[in-house]
Amino acid sequence: MKVALKLSPSAWVGAVMLGVFVVLGVIGPWVAPHDVGPRALDLAHRFEGASAAHWLGTDSKGLDTLSQLLWGARAALQVSFVVVAISATLGLTAGAVAGWYGGIVEEVLMRFVDILMSFPGILLNIAIVAVVANPGLPVMIAALCANGWVGYARVARGQVLALRERDYVAAAVALGAPSRRVIWRHLMPNLMGPALVQMSFGFGSVILVEAALTFLGLGPQVDHTWGAMLDQARTFLWKTDWVKLYTLVPGLAIMWVVLGANLLGDGLRDRLDPRQRGRS
Amino acid sequence: MSLGSFLLRRLGSGALAILGVSILVFSFLHLVPGDPIDHLAGGEATADQRRLLEACMELDRPLPAQFLAFLGHIVDGSLGHQCPDPEKRPTVAARIAEVFPYTAALAVGGMLVAIVLALPLGVIAAIRRGTWLDTLATTTSLAGIAIPQMMFAPLLVFIFFVSLGWFPGPTETGARALVLPALAVGTHLMAMLARMTRGAMVEVLGEDYVRTARAKGLPEGKVLLVHALRNALLPVITIAGMQFGSLLSGAIIIEHVFARPGLGTTLLDAILERNYPVVQGSVLVIAAIYVGVNTLVDLAYGLADPRIRHA
Repeated sequence: MKVALKLSPSAWVGAVMLGVFVVLGVIGPWVAPHDVGPRALDLAHRFEGASAAHWLGTDSKGLDTLSQLLWGARAALQVSFVVVAISATLGLTAGAVAGWYGGIVEEVLMRFVDILMSFPGILLNIAIVAVVANPGLPVMIAALCANGWVGYARVARGQVLALRERDYVAAAVALGAPSRRVIWRHLMPNLMGPALVQMSFGFGSVILVEAALTFLGLGPQVDHTWGAMLDQARTFLWKTDWVKLYTLVPGLAIMWVVLGANLLGDGLRDRLDPRQRGRS
Repeated sequence: MSLGSFLLRRLGSGALAILGVSILVFSFLHLVPGDPIDHLAGGEATADQRRLLEACMELDRPLPAQFLAFLGHIVDGSLGHQCPDPEKRPTVAARIAEVFPYTAALAVGGMLVAIVLALPLGVIAAIRRGTWLDTLATTTSLAGIAIPQMMFAPLLVFIFFVSLGWFPGPTETGARALVLPALAVGTHLMAMLARMTRGAMVEVLGEDYVRTARAKGLPEGKVLLVHALRNALLPVITIAGMQFGSLLSGAIIIEHVFARPGLGTTLLDAILERNYPVVQGSVLVIAAIYVGVNTLVDLAYGLADPRIRHA
């Protein structure tokens, strides 16, 4: 895409920050200096500060903090990538269909969107994860997608309502193109700009919500997610020397990803969505 | 469209959405495998106790009858009965009324912190656009948006309670105990509002009417506050209002860190113990608050800017 080259410096910074996260998420578990599984428990070395053996110290079970951080990057990347992909696909399709067909289809879909929006998103996510007994990763992903698609659907519907009046769409229809072809070949490509903006912001918010859920002790029970690390720090708040480092490590990691996603999202929006220019 | 019919339409669609949420939650609760009686009664419960509990939660009736009963409890204002405790029959509404003041206090406190900090920050950044002050303000608000509450709130506790001992810590109540949670809630909100304020002010400062106000010799303070800020407030009001709505439905992470009672925690606990009446009741209240506040925001929009016709 040509536009990518014209991004502002801060958007580039955001892209690089996200890039670092993606790379660490992919290679993290392989470069992690220590094992983080149950066999790595080392109760003789609990609550340690930074040292040559453990660069970022250890946790309440003697597990290496840096290794947990890297495994956590993998977990966060998996969840956010899958959730953003599913939400975007579902939302864009629903929005485009609603905008194109109108009538009863649009009414039903948009009512459903209204219902989902009349309730704080995070409480909905919590409800889904908390109700299922022993939720695994798929449940977490489903919970985040349950309302994740709504933003994309609204964007897509708005765009399609504007696009359907364009000449090239009318031409395609006049040439006898079936609705499915018009939607996929003529409408979808033009939705990609706003969708990309939404995806960038979505990446950040999925990371935040996922961490919030694991922080509350919901979702898959593994130790090496950033939310679970923060939860552990909160539990041992009285270990004054240790808790600062152990809170900051996963906290700053989350902040890094969210900041990157927001910087990139802002830049993309300025580039791709001229209506919003100057708003931020 | 007149204000009256606008209100009616909004109330209608709002009520529809709330009903939709209720149906969604109701069917979701009953679709998910797992017997709520097992959760609530525990392993040692006798068959009699289980039957009592089942009757209390009205689980012995067919699904449509259960839903009608739930609607009936909305009408009589009790929102259903808490189970197990069939003797005293404490209502779900009573349990919610008990925790709501905590949630409201936190929401108002957080909102105050946010507005008091955000407006000056945003206005200064807009006036001194492009200077180091602007950079500082913009960076601060970006950081405030990205900082996870799961890190920020425990750090606040650690610094101001554990280390310095200036403020009361978790589980305490009272006005002073509100300071840290309100700061934790307010910082995130402040960051969003400061960003909106700056953006809106930058746009408004370039408008003709601001130049006119300056040209006719009005003092700069008056130009900024009366002519610019008032017009810039619209998007800020929207975001503040929507956020207030979600704060009123429970700042669940902050409640968790500070071990405060509140709507969010009540809902979470009820879900975890499968207490269906409480889940349904609090979901209904939360949705009603959320929709109600958003409707009020739309109304405030029209009051702040008479150019907006409610269509």
